[in-house]
Amino acid sequence: MSLSDEETRQLDAILGHYPDRRAAAATAMRIVQARRRWLSDEALADLGEYLGVTVAELDSIATFGNMVFRKPVGRHIVLVCDSFACWSLGYAELRAAVEAELGVGMGQTTEDGRFTLLPIVCLGACDRGPAMMVDDELHGPVAPADVAGILGGYA
Amino acid sequence: MTSRPGLPGYPADDRPLTRAMRADGLPATIDDYIAAGGYEGLRRALEGLRPPEVTTMVTESGLRGRGGAGYSTGRKWSTMPLGADAPHPKYIVCNGDEMEPGSFKDRFLLERNPHLLLEGMLLAGFATESDEGYIFLRQQYDTAVVAIEHAIAEARERGYLGKDVLGSGFPFDIELHVSIGRYICGEASAMLNALESQRANPRARPPHMTGAGLFSRPTVVNNVETYMAVPGIVRHGPDWWKGLSVTDEGGTKIFGVAGRVARPGCVELPMGVPMRELIEVHAGGMLSGFALRAVSPGGASTSFVPAAQIDVPLGFSTMDEVKSRLGTGTLVLLDDQTCPVGMTLNMMQFFAQESCGWCTPCREGLQWMAALLEDIEYGRGEPGDTGVLAEGVWFMDSDKCFCDLAPGAMQPLESALRLFPDDFARHVAEGGCRYRRHGSDAPALRGTTW
Ligand SMILES: Cc1cc2nc3c(=O)[nH]c(=O)nc-3n(C[C@H](O)[C@H](O)[C@H](O)COP(=O)(O)O)c2cc1C
Ligand code: SF4
Ligand code: FES
Repeated sequence: MSLSDEETRQLDAILGHYPDRRAAAATAMRIVQARRRWLSDEALADLGEYLGVTVAELDSIATFGNMVFRKPVGRHIVLVCDSFACWSLGYAELRAAVEAELGVGMGQTTEDGRFTLLPIVCLGACDRGPAMMVDDELHGPVAPADVAGILGGYA
Repeated sequence: MTSRPGLPGYPADDRPLTRAMRADGLPATIDDYIAAGGYEGLRRALEGLRPPEVTTMVTESGLRGRGGAGYSTGRKWSTMPLGADAPHPKYIVCNGDEMEPGSFKDRFLLERNPHLLLEGMLLAGFATESDEGYIFLRQQYDTAVVAIEHAIAEARERGYLGKDVLGSGFPFDIELHVSIGRYICGEASAMLNALESQRANPRARPPHMTGAGLFSRPTVVNNVETYMAVPGIVRHGPDWWKGLSVTDEGGTKIFGVAGRVARPGCVELPMGVPMRELIEVHAGGMLSGFALRAVSPGGASTSFVPAAQIDVPLGFSTMDEVKSRLGTGTLVLLDDQTCPVGMTLNMMQFFAQESCGWCTPCREGLQWMAALLEDIEYGRGEPGDTGVLAEGVWFMDSDKCFCDLAPGAMQPLESALRLFPDDFARHVAEGGCRYRRHGSDAPALRGTTW
């Protein structure tokens, strides 16, 4: 597999934001991950060729970030905040409700490939704790009873 | 609690950080912003001030960084090389990482008032004769991404950003960079590595960033709220800024309250407002059935303040009196039904997870201290364990660690040991925790790359 035309077009558009191709690597990984959901070894190889950097170098950045996926993930990413404000406001109950609704634990993907459930540090929404995100949408405060309704909205 | 401009009883009823915000919660458009006096500071600078004069105004205002450390903004800017011999490009970087647990003010500002940030960065660029700005934003701030991208497009279209800002001959543009994650990217020198797509370990200092920063060029890094303070200072002058506060530190600030209160949220208030007033008046006080025990005043790296000391004014110097720091000024409350050991454990697990691994005391020590705290919380603690923790606090200072992450992690722990000794002792004596909200329930998967 190689980069699609659309991927190449998006990558070309961001190169101008950085003084050299190498410096665009983190943003380039975000762009390709947004399209392919996760970064396979082939994806990194494609990117490495495009940016003129080695796969090892890309992987050294990828393994540093907490939101670069090097394994397959579901269609939607569910993030439950586990930092101290949300913890004190009902994180345990929220996490249990999400796990029960999805039938998976933290770090796992539902069998139908719909959701991957992950822990996240403080979402900067402590005043809305306990908080969670589904893809790019923030939800909070979330009562355990609200969980099914929220997740039901994502196909 | 939403921002309520114009509260009576203060030196001035001005709320420069929130004035342009819309009541419907959507981001202020460029027209909203201009109608509220936006871009007037920039016009004033372009039409009649020399770059160093802008820096002097910022210095005279007394503005101190809102990212937590409180360094003088004007003094930082004045170390940027100016004139024909200065290296170019020079960079203005905005720190919008906001990943420290208990910090929630920059999200509020970025989602609602993006043009104020652009104007502040433009003024920083003008003052330091810089060429380009980067806004470094954490992941998960997707709503802010939309607001900022839209604001940048509007500003370019109207000539506020670009090769010739408002026809003045000053070229300046701003790019948005969204992080691929990790708390350490908020540390300013690590942020520069992240922006360069390097592994985001902090850098050794010297050299200082204003000498050799992003791509080894002179660089200013400031917090979101710091830049947002600048347009008003340039428009109305340093004395106006100084007159806004109830203490002598100047200005207003975004404060916040999270926890068991009637109206959690963010509000713009004069610097120096008493912590008690923030909690009891603006946040509506504790919910019935809950009593306040302590406050984490400005992010997980600030020391707990006991309920008995909440009359303290919220300011940089005043918070010393209660052995804490202002930090981000967003309070998280510890109530009487929540275990203080459990809360401290949760914070320590965060810092252990987010250690970048560069230096040994932090990489090894934090894991180890978190494990010891976990033992205490779950009833496996032994007498003497708190002494070991206290020794760890002593050991993990800034002489031995490469950056401030590990020393910051010691602040909640040190204060918890000092303020809640009976709780620690009881956990050990009784072999467990009696609080309703306890444990830590933190996932077993911390520190994993997915
Ligand atoms: C581990 C760590 C994380 C930090 N995170 C942030 C952050 O998210 N936002 C921020 O403005 N400053 C953060 N800082 C402080 C920055 O290093 C730097 O002091 C600040 O951005 C300077 O801006 P200011 O002077 O306007 O406050 C962090 C510091 C450390 C040690
Ligand atoms: S103190 Fe921790 S976060 Fe800072 S450089 Fe050392 S290991 Fe990295
Ligand atoms: S602790 Fe959950 S959003 Fe801050």
